[in-house]
Amino acid sequence: MERAIVLMGCAIGAGLALIAGIGPGIGEGYAVGKALESIGRQPECKGDVTSTMLLGCAIAETTGIYGFVTGLLLIFVAPGIFMGLL
Amino acid sequence: MNVDITGARIYWTIPVLGGIPITATIVNATIVSLAVLAACIFLTRDLQVRSVSKRQVVAEFLVETAQNFVNGNMGERFAYYGPFVAALFASSIFGSLLSLLGMFPPTSDLSTTGAWAVMVFVLITYTKIKTGGLGGYLKGFTQPIPVLTPFNVLSELATPISMAFRHFGNVVSGSVISTLVYAALASASHAILSWLPGALGDILGVIPILQVGIPAVLSVYFDLFSSAMQAFIFCMLTTLYIANAAEE
Repeated sequence: MERAIVLMGCAIGAGLALIAGIGPGIGEGYAVGKALESIGRQPECKGDVTSTMLLGCAIAETTGIYGFVTGLLLIFVAPGIFMGLL
Repeated sequence: MNVDITGARIYWTIPVLGGIPITATIVNATIVSLAVLAACIFLTRDLQVRSVSKRQVVAEFLVETAQNFVNGNMGERFAYYGPFVAALFASSIFGSLLSLLGMFPPTSDLSTTGAWAVMVFVLITYTKIKTGGLGGYLKGFTQPIPVLTPFNVLSELATPISMAFRHFGNVVSGSVISTLVYAALASASHAILSWLPGALGDILGVIPILQVGIPAVLSVYFDLFSSAMQAFIFCMLTTLYIANAAEE
């Protein structure tokens, strides 16, 4: 019974951790939209805008990656640790 | 159907200091280093001033690109960081591209990216101390008011952690999604083809026909684009952080 509860908690936690993917999605979409706007206004700056945008997107992605790593830890590492404690 | 998502496998253990495990990460990272070293030796063999060979043109192009990247991001006074950044880039991109050969990419182990991030952190701290002195470095933590010292320490430590996790997470998420898609396609083709009547359905249901071709689209994004992108971003952040540390 305890094992089932531990596994359930880890699985629910992993699912909740991946909600972190929403933020970077919205943020990157906004960043790309702004980049497209600026390319439309100044097409000669396309190269610079694109490389800066990709860098910014990668940095904005960090919180999503944190959520993903937390989910991985909850699925693959946490059950082992908590089972050991029982 | 089994979904097999594992970390680096331990090949054998050196029985000193309580056992040092030799994992797939160590072996593959060594392979990558040797491959990069061999490429460097091959490209720079018998360099000429006149009548350059094609090989030398490639070598000059690579060196010039790396040097221009460093000079453009950090300025001329940090030109000596060129080889370091180029080595980071080469290890990162060849490490990630190793997954194309079906081998375990060393960058999908947190130890590898963590080691690189710690190296960069040491360089950032060294540059800060060199620029402002030890007193200036310690005083920088109490800016703008001393109450913020714990947060400044935290944000200082967050730099290497976020660099390591960003690279690790991108590579691992690619391999996890690829594995899940492979498993899903296998069960999908089993579900579709086993409806065929008689022995035909029994035979075709076992063969995962849908796995042909479709995962290649994912592989182009996750293996080729994402590898190059993460290597570029890691080097970009390295140069920007170090150059930023010198300005304070």
